[in-house]
Formats: sequence, C-alpha cells, structure tokens
Amino acid sequence: MSHKESLFSSKNLKLLRDPLGANNPITVQVLGICSALAVTVKLEPSIVMALSVTAVTALSNVVISLLRSYIPPRIRIIVQLTVIAAMVILVDQALKAYAYDVSKQLSVFVGLIITNCIIMGRLEAFALGNKPWPSFLDGVGNGAGYGMTLVIVAFFRELLGSGTLFGYPVLEKIGLYKTGYENNGLMILPPMALVTVGIIIWIQRSKNSGLQESH
Amino acid sequence: MENLINIFVKSVFIDNMIFAYFLGMCSYLAVSKTVKTSMGLGIAVIFVLGITVPVDYVLENYVLKEGALVWLSPSLADVDLGFLSFIMFIAIIASMVQLVEMIVEKFSPALYASLGIFLPLIAVNCAILGGSLFMQERQYNTIAEATSFGLGSGLGWFLAIVGIAAIREKLRYSNVPVPLRGLGITFIITGLMGIAFMSFMGIKL
Repeated sequence: MSHKESLFSSKNLKLLRDPLGANNPITVQVLGICSALAVTVKLEPSIVMALSVTAVTALSNVVISLLRSYIPPRIRIIVQLTVIAAMVILVDQALKAYAYDVSKQLSVFVGLIITNCIIMGRLEAFALGNKPWPSFLDGVGNGAGYGMTLVIVAFFRELLGSGTLFGYPVLEKIGLYKTGYENNGLMILPPMALVTVGIIIWIQRSKNSGLQESH
Repeated sequence: MENLINIFVKSVFIDNMIFAYFLGMCSYLAVSKTVKTSMGLGIAVIFVLGITVPVDYVLENYVLKEGALVWLSPSLADVDLGFLSFIMFIAIIASMVQLVEMIVEKFSPALYASLGIFLPLIAVNCAILGGSLFMQERQYNTIAEATSFGLGSGLGWFLAIVGIAAIREKLRYSNVPVPLRGLGITFIITGLMGIAFMSFMGIKL
C-alpha cells in the first residue's frame, strides 16, 4: 500500500474543482435543470436544495461505487434509482424534521431530486467505474457546481425581484427606493430563471471559447 | 365531465409542465434539435404520463395514504406509508416504462424504431415523476380526474417540445452571437415562450 496516492492528490482535487467551472453540471453538462430553476426565487430554499443535492449525489456515488462490481449491467438503472430514492427519502425526512418551512416551500422538488439527471449522470459516468473516495469527491464537486449556479441565479432573482437577501431588505436599508427605484416583479416569475441561466451561460462561454457551439 | 375538461385544459396551458414548473427540462433541451425526434419523445411522454399517473393514483389511495389500507382490515386505519411514496412511484414508473417498451416493440415495431432510445430515457424524465407527485399533492377525487391530469400534462409537454424544436430549426439561419449559440439562446427562448404562456394564468376554470 506504499504507493497509494494521498487523499487530496492533484488528481482528486481536479475532481472537486472541475465541476465548479469548465465542467459545470448546469451550464456545460446540461444536467439537473429540471428541479433547479423553480426553487431559485429566494436564496434560502436554493441553498437548502443545493445542500440536499450535494448530499444525495455524494452518498449515492459512494454506495454505487462500493456495489459497482456486484451490479449486473442489465438492471443497473433500477438499482441506481432505488439507491437514489432511498437517499432522497433520508434527506426528505431530515428536512421535514429540522427545516419544516423550507421543506414546504420546496414541495415536490425534494422528491424530484430522484430524477435529477446530475445524480443519474454521475452514477453512470463516474461511480460505476471508480473507487469510493474519488466517487465521493466527484459527487461533492458536482453537487457544489450545481449549488453554485443555483445560488448565483437565486441571488439575482431575490435581489432584483423582491429587493431582499435571505429575507433581509437590503435595498430598503441603503435607501434605493427613495430615489424612485422599484422592484422588478418579472424576476420573480418562472421564465426569468431561464433567462438568467441563459445569460450566465453567455458570460461563461464568452470567457471560455472552448465551450462555444457552432449552432 | 365539465370538471374533467377543466383539469385537462388547466394542465395543458396554465400548469404547463415546462413553462410553469420546468419539469423534464433535460430531455427538453437535449432532444429538441429537430421537430421529428421531439415529436416522437413528446408522444412517448403523453403515453407514459397517461398510464403512470392513474396507476400511482390507485397506489396512493389504496396503499400509501394514511388510512388507505382500511380495505384490508380495519385495524390498519392509522398506518401511514406516505414516506415510501418516492420509492414506490419511481419503481412503478421504471417498470411501466419497461412494460410500455415491450408492448410497443411487440405490436408496433415502426413506432418502436422511431422512438428508439427515448423510451427507456423517459424513466428519468422529471416530468413523469413530477406528474405523480403533483397528483399526490393536489389530491384529485377520482381516478378519471387523475387520468385527465396525466394526459393534459403530457400534451402540454408535447406542445412545448415541438414548439421549441420548430424555433430551433429556424434559428439555424439566424445570426446569434457566438457565445450564446446552442444552449444559451435555447434557454432564453424557452424563457420568452414561458412569458407567452403566462398569459393563460388569469383564466379561471
């Protein structure tokens, strides 16, 4: 075991870092948009959602990675869904017990973590072929990359749409309303989440030309 | 009957799966490059939603809900299996998709060939599980209402994906800023379509 690589070798750190930028699950891999956008009206539920998804991705990555040599390929999708569903039930019950209000706000979207394509995608692409520790890091990294996009979108939607951050009236305190500023009610509506993500993609791709598409 | 039509119209337009709840976005973005394939996927989604929502409705009301097991024995009146609903619904959906795949393959090989890989992928389409979870949350009274909700949501999803695919086909001839091409512009157009669909919001049914 002397040649065993250290827990945080550069290869492992790359697993954590890549999903935050050049391989972001939402803006580059196009995974997990389903349950992402509807929770971004306010910062608080988005952060809870980000943490839940990170926990589920990391844990189910570890479980599938431990089971990877025992799962028959033909029924792997059902096995994966069962593991994910079990993890989501844990998260859902924990939320109901310790953060009931947020759990009500998120409504069906906690359950929809099951079909969040990030988790399935990472299980298929990574956990089935790698050891538990790298799989864990990959899960945390992708969960964090997803969470980061979620928080950026929620930050702008809450600030511009309701004039608050975490429910604290920032714009009122700095006296912006006296100058005639008004909240942009459009930002609260669901379609603006899509437009915000579209703009984030635009900014990211104009900085990183390797990601651009021809059509 | 009027009630059923109301639920149907409401789930097609007002509570549209894509524009109001963003469900099924992954396959919506990935498969909407041409009208033909997106139609195949849309039909498959209508099909699967129309089957899984009523089946999950029966499961919810006769097995999972608090007191739902009374038909077995009155002593089970305070058993609440609600926490199992995620795992049960996803199991039903995965097996239904498998079943639908086998039936279609047997009786209509042409349709099977045109749907191809999309049929199995539907198992992880959030719109399907979302349909069942919304059915659970809204507590429909009869199985007919649940069915009409399932079919309506499917049709709404179908309209959305065919619409965006048609726009993307035309978009190929437009001069979109290079970093915005592909994914970025699709997001923004979906947002604009969503705003258009919001005009249905005030309609009371």
